[in-house]
Amino acid sequence: MAKVFIYPTTSLILSDMVARFGHEPLGSALGIRERIQTAGFDSPPLQVTPEEPKKGLRWAAVEVPSGVRGRMAIIGPQIEEADAAIIINDADLAFGCMGCARTNELVMYLLRHRGIPVLDLTYPRSEEEGEIFVAAIREFLEKLPKGGNAE
Amino acid sequence: MKEYQPRYRGTHTVYVFVESPDLTPQDLSLRAYEAAPDLMIKETCFGLQITGEPARVASVVATLRALDPTHIFVKDRGFPPGDPRRCRANLGGARPGFFGHEFELSLIRYISHGLAALPHRDGGESALEVLERRKKKPLDPGRIRALFEAEVSSHG
Repeated sequence: MAKVFIYPTTSLILSDMVARFGHEPLGSALGIRERIQTAGFDSPPLQVTPEEPKKGLRWAAVEVPSGVRGRMAIIGPQIEEADAAIIINDADLAFGCMGCARTNELVMYLLRHRGIPVLDLTYPRSEEEGEIFVAAIREFLEKLPKGGNAE
Repeated sequence: MKEYQPRYRGTHTVYVFVESPDLTPQDLSLRAYEAAPDLMIKETCFGLQITGEPARVASVVATLRALDPTHIFVKDRGFPPGDPRRCRANLGGARPGFFGHEFELSLIRYISHGLAALPHRDGGESALEVLERRKKKPLDPGRIRALFEAEVSSHG
């Protein structure tokens, strides 16, 4: 079972596809779960404490906004842990009240810089594109070690 | 700063989304209760949230997924259900993260179609090759040079 980083990190479709084809999806829910289930100081809403931007210094320089560094404290370890990545390039939902465009750029850079297999996709807008989308993910995941089969 | 003690430590919470013509969230929740009376199961407008010991949650998810594999989708969640930091009962408005799910659910019928069509694709053209062929290629430097030269020569 390979660890596959998904972007957008909150994507329902990618998370389901990766798990369905027998691999482990790495997304933001896992990082948030880890923080929510760890005792410490109360830091609502996401239990991201003032310590996190310091951890983020591993991936982003000190002059980079603390919001980017705090996010990287969650996403950075997953990028380092990942054996492969699937990216949806037209995901507007990755930017907004919970997402950060600069973090997204840094995530893309780090993924491509690591040299792991990366599958680039766009959201399907028709049934024919849906077929290609699903089949491409299956083919990509089958090439990874210990791939599973579709149900 | 005050102390924080987590609830439901060591559990996993997953979302189960159902977008099926044959199965409603209510049907799904009944099946889930039958399969796992010991887990915390919450029925929602889009499906279920299931919380419990990780191995038990995974086994119930596999049971539910088998009911309609091409129309049931599963995703991990960081928070347990009803958490006051996320639950809209406390915050008002949509739960943060709902809009992302709403957007992806609007496209999920194409994914369902793709999953249903998977067995018919075996032996056909590789989808990765199709994607590669459709990818926008950068303009060839030789072609740019030819365009420049044509432009320069036309102005004599």
